[in-house]
Amino acid sequence: MSKYYVNKFLYQVDGDPVLLAEYKADSAALLARWELDYGTHLGTKNTIERTTWLRFTPQERQALLDHDYVTLFELGAHFFLCLTIFIAIYDDDYAARSGPLAFQREYAQKLSHWMGKDYPTVAL
Amino acid sequence: MAHLSAVLATTHHPFYLKATTAPPEERMPQADEWKRKVEAYRETLTAAKPDLLVMVGADHFHQFFADNYPAFLIGKQPQYDATFYNEEREFGIPKYLLEGDEDLSGYMLQGLLDRGFDFSVSHELKIDHSIICPIITTRPDADLPIVPIYTNIFAPPLPSPKRFWDLGRAIRSIIDEYPSDKRIAAIGSGHLSLELGGPRQFGETGPDPVFDRKAIDWLASGDIDAILENVTHETMAGAGNATHGFMDLILMMGIAGPIDAAYVDELDLFHTREMYMTWYPEGDPR
Repeated sequence: MSKYYVNKFLYQVDGDPVLLAEYKADSAALLARWELDYGTHLGTKNTIERTTWLRFTPQERQALLDHDYVTLFELGAHFFLCLTIFIAIYDDDYAARSGPLAFQREYAQKLSHWMGKDYPTVAL
Repeated sequence: MAHLSAVLATTHHPFYLKATTAPPEERMPQADEWKRKVEAYRETLTAAKPDLLVMVGADHFHQFFADNYPAFLIGKQPQYDATFYNEEREFGIPKYLLEGDEDLSGYMLQGLLDRGFDFSVSHELKIDHSIICPIITTRPDADLPIVPIYTNIFAPPLPSPKRFWDLGRAIRSIIDEYPSDKRIAAIGSGHLSLELGGPRQFGETGPDPVFDRKAIDWLASGDIDAILENVTHETMAGAGNATHGFMDLILMMGIAGPIDAAYVDELDLFHTREMYMTWYPEGDPR
């Protein structure tokens, strides 16, 4: 499992409007591009030095492809990064269709099987 | 020696500005009450006539990430940019350029090192909404220099609640010793019970109103013993997965000391309970 790498993806994409638009429109293309480029940068801002050993597990990769925030929660991806990026992708569309906070409430409902339980840790 | 003219501990709600400046037909029902409470709270800072502000907050994965996330960090700069792209996008918070106070930043950093708090320091820190939200609510002209202090309430493992209290006490002793006749106010923001990205998020109230009631009462009466007895990383997680921001409110009480607050107000909003608290360790100026 590589929670760190999942969080790195969410952090970099959420912080860059071009990457974010591409993740919304075509997650497979963006993910492939990110793995070859941004994902290999040392840290999050260095464009020269590289990290060579970080990889997603197949389950992590699929969850990111599918915008599957339930699986990401269960894998221990950071709650703030997940919430922020998927609000950016879905909030306006849901709000236009079903009113304010419609997306946030559906997000909570889809995680309702975790009510009263200890959540998967976000610690790395 | 410097004067500690006020200590403020407040929740930060990044949607305050958007909610209270929306056109009337789009405003949430509580917007006017919220604005009234915030403006009344602002008076507790204005009355203290501060010359500069020590600001306590936490970076929400804006500048810092898990490749290098500091437990405690202070900025030492002549100026600070504020507000990141994704905060403008989500919350509608504008950009700011705040003045800094390098002399107090340096004195604070050395004082913390001398007291066993091995802080990180940044000379190119950009401020996020944990500090800009209380600027918007308590000093909207953003006309005073700041000394920003960041804590890790966000990327576990986290320092303990006791460590936040002790850090507050250390900051207080440094302000008390600072050779200056300036009037310093300390303002920190955090949370009561809070859930983000979990099943209890965006409910009709905060995720744990029982915790919120106790938390406000503990802070208002300076009851650090009750806090250290009842508040652990586990109990905070039980109250909501992002409740650990409460530790920055404990830190602020550490700056004030174990005394009664002079001003306590709260507002039950959707999603969270807001809290506005002020201590006057050197006497109430109002």
